[in-house]
Amino acid sequence: MSHEGRLLRAAVLAAVALGLIAPIAAGLWQTGRAAFGVLPALGRDAVSLGPWQDLAGLPGFATSLRLTLVTGLGATLLSLLLATGFCAAVHARMTRIAGARMLTPFLAIPHAAMAVGLAFVLAPSGWIARMIAPLAGWERPPDIAIVNDGWGLALMVGLMVKEVPFLLLVILSALSQIPVARHMAAGRALGYGRGIVWIKIIMPQVWPLIRLPVWVVLAYALSVVDMAIILGPSNPPTLAVALTRWFFDPDPLMILPASAGAILQAGIVAGGVALLLMLEAAGRRLGRWWLRRGGRGLSAEPGLWAASAAVMVLMAAGALAMVSLAVWSLAWRWSFPQILPQSWSLKPWTGAQGGWMRALGNTALLAGATAGLSLALAIAWLEGEDRARRARAPWAEALIYLPLLIPQIGFLYGLNVGFLRIGLPSGIWAVIWAQTLFVFPYVMIALSDPWRALDARMIRAAAALGAGPGRRLWTVKLPVLLRPILTAAAIGVAVSVAQYLPTLFMGAGRVATLTTEAVTLSSGSDRRVTGVYATLQAGLPFAAYLAAFLIPALVHRNRRALAGGGA
Amino acid sequence: MIRLFALALSLFATPALADWQQTLDAARGQTVYWSAWGGDARTNAFISWVGERTEALYGVRVEQVKLSDTAEAVTRVISEKAAGRDEGGSVDLIWINGPNFLAMKAQGLLHGPFVADLPNARYLDLGPGSPVSVDFTVPVEGMESPWRLARFVFTYDSARVDAPPRRMADFVDWAAAHPGRFTHPGPSNFMGATFLKQALIELAPDASVLQDPVNDAAFDAATAPLWDWYDALRPNLWRGGRTFPENESVQQQLLNDGEVDIAMSFDPASAAAVIADGLLPESVRVFVPEGGSIGNVSFVAIPYNAANAEGAEVVANFLLDPATQAHMQNIEVLGAFSVLDPSRLDAEASAAFDALPTAPALPDLAELGPTLLEPHASWMTRLTDEWARRYVE
Repeated sequence: MSHEGRLLRAAVLAAVALGLIAPIAAGLWQTGRAAFGVLPALGRDAVSLGPWQDLAGLPGFATSLRLTLVTGLGATLLSLLLATGFCAAVHARMTRIAGARMLTPFLAIPHAAMAVGLAFVLAPSGWIARMIAPLAGWERPPDIAIVNDGWGLALMVGLMVKEVPFLLLVILSALSQIPVARHMAAGRALGYGRGIVWIKIIMPQVWPLIRLPVWVVLAYALSVVDMAIILGPSNPPTLAVALTRWFFDPDPLMILPASAGAILQAGIVAGGVALLLMLEAAGRRLGRWWLRRGGRGLSAEPGLWAASAAVMVLMAAGALAMVSLAVWSLAWRWSFPQILPQSWSLKPWTGAQGGWMRALGNTALLAGATAGLSLALAIAWLEGEDRARRARAPWAEALIYLPLLIPQIGFLYGLNVGFLRIGLPSGIWAVIWAQTLFVFPYVMIALSDPWRALDARMIRAAAALGAGPGRRLWTVKLPVLLRPILTAAAIGVAVSVAQYLPTLFMGAGRVATLTTEAVTLSSGSDRRVTGVYATLQAGLPFAAYLAAFLIPALVHRNRRALAGGGA
Repeated sequence: MIRLFALALSLFATPALADWQQTLDAARGQTVYWSAWGGDARTNAFISWVGERTEALYGVRVEQVKLSDTAEAVTRVISEKAAGRDEGGSVDLIWINGPNFLAMKAQGLLHGPFVADLPNARYLDLGPGSPVSVDFTVPVEGMESPWRLARFVFTYDSARVDAPPRRMADFVDWAAAHPGRFTHPGPSNFMGATFLKQALIELAPDASVLQDPVNDAAFDAATAPLWDWYDALRPNLWRGGRTFPENESVQQQLLNDGEVDIAMSFDPASAAAVIADGLLPESVRVFVPEGGSIGNVSFVAIPYNAANAEGAEVVANFLLDPATQAHMQNIEVLGAFSVLDPSRLDAEASAAFDALPTAPALPDLAELGPTLLEPHASWMTRLTDEWARRYVE
C-alpha cells in the first residue's frame, strides 16, 4: 500500500514539476536572457547590462516603481487589516456558509470587469457624482482626479474591493479550524476586550493558515495589469502596466528593457514576501513581549467597528459597480447627469457586435477543461499524501504556490518563445495548459483543508470493512467531499475565466474569451458592450458557484450533515 | 464565341493575371487571421462583413484577431522569429500603422512586395509622391496595401462650445478660458503623438525640415515653440495635465460623459457614425484647424512567415475593390474615406460613391481643408521621447 502511495505521489509530483514548474523556469530563463541583452531574433547575441541601464533611464521609471510599491503593499496591508477587523466584529453573527454566499459575487467577477464598473461608479461624471449633481447643482462634472489619480488611490480601492472578500473567505475558513468561541470565552473571562482577544489570541493562530493566501494577494497586487490600466494613473503608470506597454512598443528593441523590468518585477514580489516574513518575525517578538505585559485593552472596539464600516462601504461600491455594468448593457444613450439611461436597448446583446456567443463557448470550454484537469491533479496529489501517510513538506507547498507568486509578465513572453521553439502550436491546447498553471494552485488551496479535515474514523471504518484504497476514495471520500470538490471546481472556473495574459500570449490572440474581448473592448469607448461582456464574465463563475451549492444539496438531500454544509 | 475565348486566352497569357489565378487557387479554403485593433465595434463589424464576402466569392475565411494595441501582432511575429518559426506563422494580415510598419520593414519581418500584383491596384495612384506610396515619409515599396483613409480631426460638442479654436496656437487661450475642458491621449498612444505632430507642423519655424530624418540641431530649433506652447497649455488641461486618457476612444467617452468638450479622431466620419450608434450627443460636430490637418493612409501588411499569405493577398485585393470601398465609405457602415483615386474609377463605381447617404456631423471634403504630410517617422519617436522626458514625473 505504501509502495502504491509512493508511486502515485511520484507520478503527481512529476506531472506538476514537468507540466507546471519546468515551463515557468524555461520562461524565466528566456526573459532573463533578454534582460541581459540576448535576443538572437533581433540580432542581439552579446551579454550586457545595457537593458538595465535603459530601464533605469526610461522617463518616469522611479515614479512607476514607487507607485507599484505603494499601491501593492498598501492595498494588501489595508485589505488584511480590514478583513481581520471585520471578522473580529461580525464573526459571532456570521456562519462560514452565509459569509461565502454573500461573498460569492465579489469573488466571481473578474478584476477587469470590476474595474470598469468601479471606474464608472467613482468617476467625477460617474454614478455617485450623478446622484449628487442635482443637489450640488452641477451641470458639468467637477474636474477632480478621483479615478486615475496620481497617488493610485483609486487603484488601491479597486484592489481592496476584490481582495477583502477573498481574505474574508480565507480567514473564515481558517477560523473553522480553531475553537474560536472557547478561546473568546476564556479571554473575556480573563477580562480582555473582544478586539484584544482577536489580536492576542485568535490572529496568531489564524496567521499561519492564511500566510500563503496573503502572499498571493500581495504578489497579485504588486503585478496587476488590467485593473491598473483602468483605475491607475497613466503618466506614468505602475511598473506592470509600463512593462506591458514596453513589451508591445513599436520599437521591438524595447523588449530588452521590458524583460529587465519583468525580472525586476519578480524581484519586487520576492522582496514584498521577504518584507512580510520580516514583519512576521518582528511581530512574533514584539507580540510575545506585549502578551506578557498582560494589558486587557478594552478600547479596541471602535477600531473594529471602523474596519467593519470600511468593509461595508467597499462592498457597497463593489455592488454598485456590478449593478452599473448590468444597467449599461441594457442602455442606449446615458450621459451626464442622468442617473438612469435616457433610452434603453437590447442592441448591445443582440447586435452584430454581440459576437459574444463564441467567446462564451470558448470561455466555458476552457473553464471546464482547466477546472477538471486541475481537480483531477489535486485529488491525485491529496490521495497520494493520504496513502503515503505523510504531511505535505514545506517545499511541496511552495511548489504549488509558485505560479501565483511569480508575476505572469515575468515568464509568459519567454514561455511563448520556448513553446514555439519546441514546435508546439499555439491555440486552444496551449491556452488550456497555460491556464492550468494558475488554476491548479487555487483548486489545491481550496481543496486541501476540507480534505484534511475529513473525519478519519469514516476511512478507518471503511478499511475495517475491507475496502481497499481505491474503493475508499471512490465510495467514501469523494461523495462525502462532494461540496468542497465542487466549490474548488467553481473557484477554478472563476480563475480560468479571469485569465488574460496567458490566454493572450499562448493563444496567439486567436482564442477569444470573454476576458480577452472585455479587455480589448475596454480600450474602446462602448461601455454598453463592455457591460455585456462583463456581465457574462461575472455570470459564468457565478453559475459555477451556484451549481456547487445546489448539486450537493440535491444529491445529499437525504443526508442532513452533508447537505447542510459541513466542510 | 471564338473571339471571346481568344480574349480570355490572351488575358490569361498576361503573366500578372495568370499569377493572380494561381493565388486565388492557393487561397481557396484558407482562413486568414487578420490582426486588427478591436476597440471599435463598427470596424469589427466591417471586418466580419469582409470575411462573409470573401468566403462567398473566393472561399477565403477571415478571422479577426482583436488587438488592444497593434504592436501585439509585431511582438508575436518577433517571438515566432525568435523561436525559428519562419513559416506557418500565426499572423496572416495586420492592420498596421506607420511606426509598426517601419519596425517590421527594418527587421525584415514583412512579406512582399505584393501590392502591384493585386488586380485592384489599378484603381490606386501608385506614383512616387502619392499618399498611398509613402507611410510616414518612408516608401511603402509594395510591402503594405492601403485600405482606408485617415484624417486627423477634432470633434466638439456644439451644445457646450460656441467657437472651437481655429488654429493650434489658439488652444492655449481657449483652454485658459475653459480650464479642465480639453485633453489629449497620452503621447505613448498614436493619437496623442499625432496631436503633438499636428501642433508641431503649425508652430515650427520651418515645417519643411520635418520631412527629413531628425537631427539634434533641427529638433531643438523646430520644437522650441512647441514646448513653449505646451507649457502654457498644459496647466489648463483636464486634471491639470497630470493624467491623460489611454486612447482616443477613452477620450470620446469623456466627451460623452461631459468631462471634456473637445476630443479627436483619425476618422472624419467617426463622429457621425458614433452619434448614430448612440455613443455621443447629437450636437457633436467635427472641426479641422485652418491650415489643414495631418492625413495618412491605413494599410494592411502580411508578415514574412504568414501561413496563409495567398488568402491574405486575396483579402487585401478585396479591400481595394471599388464596391468594397464604397460600402466602407457608407456612413451607415463604417464611414471611412476611400483610398482609391477617383479619376481611375469607371462611371458605375463613381455613381456608387455619389449615391452614399450623408449626415449633419459628417464634414464634406472642402470643410476638411488641405491634407498635411506626416513628418518623417524619426520625428515622432524623438517627439514622444522628449515629451516623456519633460512631462512624465
